[in-house]
Amino acid sequence: MTEQPLLVAEGLHLHFGETKALDDASLHIWPGEVVALMGPSGSGKSTLLHCLAGILQPDSGRVAYHGRDLTAMSDSERSALRRGEFGFVFQFGQLVPELTCVENVALPLRLSGTGRREAHRTATDWLERLEVGDVAGKRPGQVSGGQGQRVAVARALVSRPRVVFADEPTGALDSLNGELVMKLFITAARDTGAAVVLVTHEARVAAYSDREAVVRDGRVREQEHAR
Amino acid sequence: MSVTFALLGLLENGPRHGYDLKRTYDDTFGRDRALHYGQVYSTMARLLKNGLVEVESEPGDGPERKRYAITHAGITDVAEWIGRPEKPEPYLQSTLYTKVVLALMTGRDADEVLDSQRAEHLRMMRELTRRKTDGDLADELICDHALFHLEADLRWLELTAARLDRLAARVRP
Repeated sequence: MTEQPLLVAEGLHLHFGETKALDDASLHIWPGEVVALMGPSGSGKSTLLHCLAGILQPDSGRVAYHGRDLTAMSDSERSALRRGEFGFVFQFGQLVPELTCVENVALPLRLSGTGRREAHRTATDWLERLEVGDVAGKRPGQVSGGQGQRVAVARALVSRPRVVFADEPTGALDSLNGELVMKLFITAARDTGAAVVLVTHEARVAAYSDREAVVRDGRVREQEHAR
Repeated sequence: MSVTFALLGLLENGPRHGYDLKRTYDDTFGRDRALHYGQVYSTMARLLKNGLVEVESEPGDGPERKRYAITHAGITDVAEWIGRPEKPEPYLQSTLYTKVVLALMTGRDADEVLDSQRAEHLRMMRELTRRKTDGDLADELICDHALFHLEADLRWLELTAARLDRLAARVRP
């Protein structure tokens, strides 16, 4: 059987007022691969990521996940898909400040109906895997930036998503912490078989990917549908 | 890198046979480039002539029975070498800059020059990142050194890509 791409964006256009954010952007993501979206600020790489993840709706064009058209789904169908199949890591601020780190990681499992004790146990395992088992009982405000990002990675991976979307996941970290986050993040993602779509302007972060797709002026530069 | 000073420096913690010296060098600094035995012996011969090492022979002679020891003059030279800052590369002769300018002057696609170079750099960076991820602390430090240099090239490349129109206006006949 020929392998099918997991996620396909075709001819995406999106305007913010007068500004053309996406201008005929197309990209394929294959199961289990790590793709870095690169390009200068304002090139449209984050917008493309948000469209791929079904967070933003393009003006025209199509995004398909496993052949299902995201742009034709209802909001609630898209939310369900995001919750069940996708994971997210942002630059910062994605953890719920009132919850402890382990509660943050357990949250996606709880929302999808896993029992309290099992969710807690799985979340603890994930924190340990990301080498932040010691901050389980702390609130996000009490941990360092690098620890917080590793907790966020654990939360993104805990429900075993098929795709993890990461937007500048090391953007707020110094290089040593950034390296550690990337190393643990990509190793764990590869272990679970999740594909990763990674927006970054840093070449050293992009070097953790299998391939790069360069976004310029709202379009993905040729070459890379890969496979 | 100065193989001579590295070999001399390795003798500072005690005398070594040529083969032992080679093995220690390869383990510590060699990475992709192991030394030839010949290079070790010719370097030792030169250092011997200059009085920076001396030979302690063991019974049953033959070349492999020779143990090299560093002299006081050798130690002074190593100390001087370690303490002297390396001259920073000025990086003013850039082949890539020449290619970009010529592409613009001759109406070729300069964007393409930069794009294919970026792809090439990232390929190398990926390989180094893999080695680093699978390796020990020494691998990490050595690969990081290379990665930072490649990253610097890439930053220049992105900046140049953003200024191509201005550069084109200057160099086009």
